Amino acid sequence: MHIIKLVFKNTFRHKLRTSLTILGVVIVILAFGLLRTVVSAWYAGVESSSASRLVTRNSISLVFPLPISYKNKIRQIHGVKFVSYGNWFGGNYIDEKNFFANFAVEPASYLELYPEYILPSNQKDAFLRDRKAAIAGQKLATKYGWRIGDAITLKGTIFPGNWEFVLRGIYRGKDKGTDETQFFFHWNYLNETLKKTMPLRADQPGFYLVGVSNTNLAEEVAVALDKTFKNSLAETLTETEKAFQLSFVSMSEAIVVAIQLVSFVVIIVIMAVLANTMAMTARERIGEYAVLKTLGFGGWYIAALIFGESLFIAMIGCIIGIAFTFPIAKVFGDTMGTYFPVFNVTMKTIYLDAGVSLFVGAVAAVIPTWRAIKIRIADGLRRIG
Amino acid sequence: MEYKTPLVEIKNLYKSYRRGSQIIPVLENITFDIEDGEFLALMGPSGSGKSTLLNLIAGIDTFDSGTIKVGGVDIAALFETELARWRSTNVGFIFQFYNLIPVLTAFGNVELPLLLTRLSRKERREHVETALRIVKLADRMSHYPGQLSGGQQQRVAIARAVVADPTIIVADEPTGDLDRISAKEVLELMGRLNVEFGKTIIMVTHDPHAAEKARTIKHLEKGILNAHNQTRL
Ligand SMILES: Nc1ncnc2c1ncn2[C@@H]1O[C@H](COP(=O)(O)OP(=O)(O)OP(=O)(O)O)[C@@H](O)[C@H]1O
Ligand SMILES: [Mg+2]
Repeated sequence: MHIIKLVFKNTFRHKLRTSLTILGVVIVILAFGLLRTVVSAWYAGVESSSASRLVTRNSISLVFPLPISYKNKIRQIHGVKFVSYGNWFGGNYIDEKNFFANFAVEPASYLELYPEYILPSNQKDAFLRDRKAAIAGQKLATKYGWRIGDAITLKGTIFPGNWEFVLRGIYRGKDKGTDETQFFFHWNYLNETLKKTMPLRADQPGFYLVGVSNTNLAEEVAVALDKTFKNSLAETLTETEKAFQLSFVSMSEAIVVAIQLVSFVVIIVIMAVLANTMAMTARERIGEYAVLKTLGFGGWYIAALIFGESLFIAMIGCIIGIAFTFPIAKVFGDTMGTYFPVFNVTMKTIYLDAGVSLFVGAVAAVIPTWRAIKIRIADGLRRIG
Repeated sequence: MEYKTPLVEIKNLYKSYRRGSQIIPVLENITFDIEDGEFLALMGPSGSGKSTLLNLIAGIDTFDSGTIKVGGVDIAALFETELARWRSTNVGFIFQFYNLIPVLTAFGNVELPLLLTRLSRKERREHVETALRIVKLADRMSHYPGQLSGGQQQRVAIARAVVADPTIIVADEPTGDLDRISAKEVLELMGRLNVEFGKTIIMVTHDPHAAEKARTIKHLEKGILNAHNQTRL
């Protein structure tokens, strides 16, 4: 169609101005996409949490443990299907720079509770059989070049000493939202060592993980569980996994709000930049618009030219921006891997990129279009020469 | 038809501009007719209102009072969109500064008025080629305005003005920006449009040589038509 050709040609009349504006849009789309991805990475633990899992911890604070004897009592509560338990180990690999999440867990029940960690059955068997065995997520193993059978030593921070493990399995996530940067080993290995070295700290898991038989029962089970240990030496606080994860995230909610605010400001800025470009463009072409109107073209045609150009610039920037978002997010995700275990550009972000670009393109065209249409033909023609 | 009405009838036309609270009268009580097939030159000093009058006849500006009828149509009574339609079928425009769209080729510029018609792509191509042949630029079809001389650009503009076969052609100082030789070519072309194709032409000009091409010359002085019109054969 004729008008599309004209929009296309008009867009590249001022190559430098158009290129700079497109560059601006590209940067904004990149910034917007990455910031959104950071925010969703922040909430990744919440997103991937299961409604059928509960987390039980000491009601005073997460740093206080619970007695191992609770295990059997929890199992007897109506609606409980699985019980697992563990401790945040907090060990360092080689030195402190190498941060990743590592837990001592009761392995069989833990794997039952977390079907999203997919382990080949021979690796699973090998992991369960060997007291010193450990498993790691695919991303973590790749990062350190670990292979099955490797000996791995973690330096304990909460539990002092050098702890030696043998890697027996590498798990994969069920989907992109699953954290593949964790490290798990046998709780018994930790506990038995503690019995010898620090008997006072033995037999005390940091948390219990409870699987309910039916998600509808989750609330009920949580209440019943906490009631069971009311007035005991270690009272419990049980919440859904989601609520538990959220309590971590909400500590840093201010940061998330700040990030979102920045995204918003960046969009306003590019809107102003594009509106300015379109205003300059339309002002320069007032005479041409007057000629077109003289020839009998209506206001809609002028509007289509200006809106078309504005949207075209915004969408070129958007597409280039999206194209760059993926590799840059990948580099970012790889370097920040263990801090943001799940760092994926989601489809939703892409749709939002497109939506934002369309919105910015349209808004930027409104005032220039209104001016171009409003001006009387005779006045527009007078601007030529 | 027993009685031939004039193509353009202008009666008691008043037009003023408003600059803030100030009202500047530009045209005062203008009354005259333009016959079908006329070649009229409007002359007069700068600021006398020639362009204003031309714009009013062509339906691209509004006036305070009076009437303008073109081919029996009272153009002040038309809505803006109707007026735009009316212009596209009845009036061809030639401007002093050619006013071609720089990103379109000669072909594309001439084709513009036809985009508002129901003509097919093929029919449009034929019309454009014919128009460009009339102005002797058939070989420059794919050139952009920036690649053409002023005279050639003005000839493209003339082709654009005639391509939709309007009844009236209005030209505001069509030779004002051209050298003598190019101006002569353009004027000859306009003469041909008038004689060969029977177009009614209204041309504003400062140039007495240009005015000589016309059949009638009217003088505008401070918004008032000079009583004695020089009419030539
Ligand atoms: N938009 C406007 N606002 C105010 N005054 C205007 C406007 N347009 C034209 N005028 C005034 O109207 C008068 C007539 O202008 P017009 O352009 O019709 O003159 P002209 O005879 O074509 O002059 P020239 O030979 O210089 O082209 C001038 O005094 C001009 O200043
Ligand atoms: Mg003038």
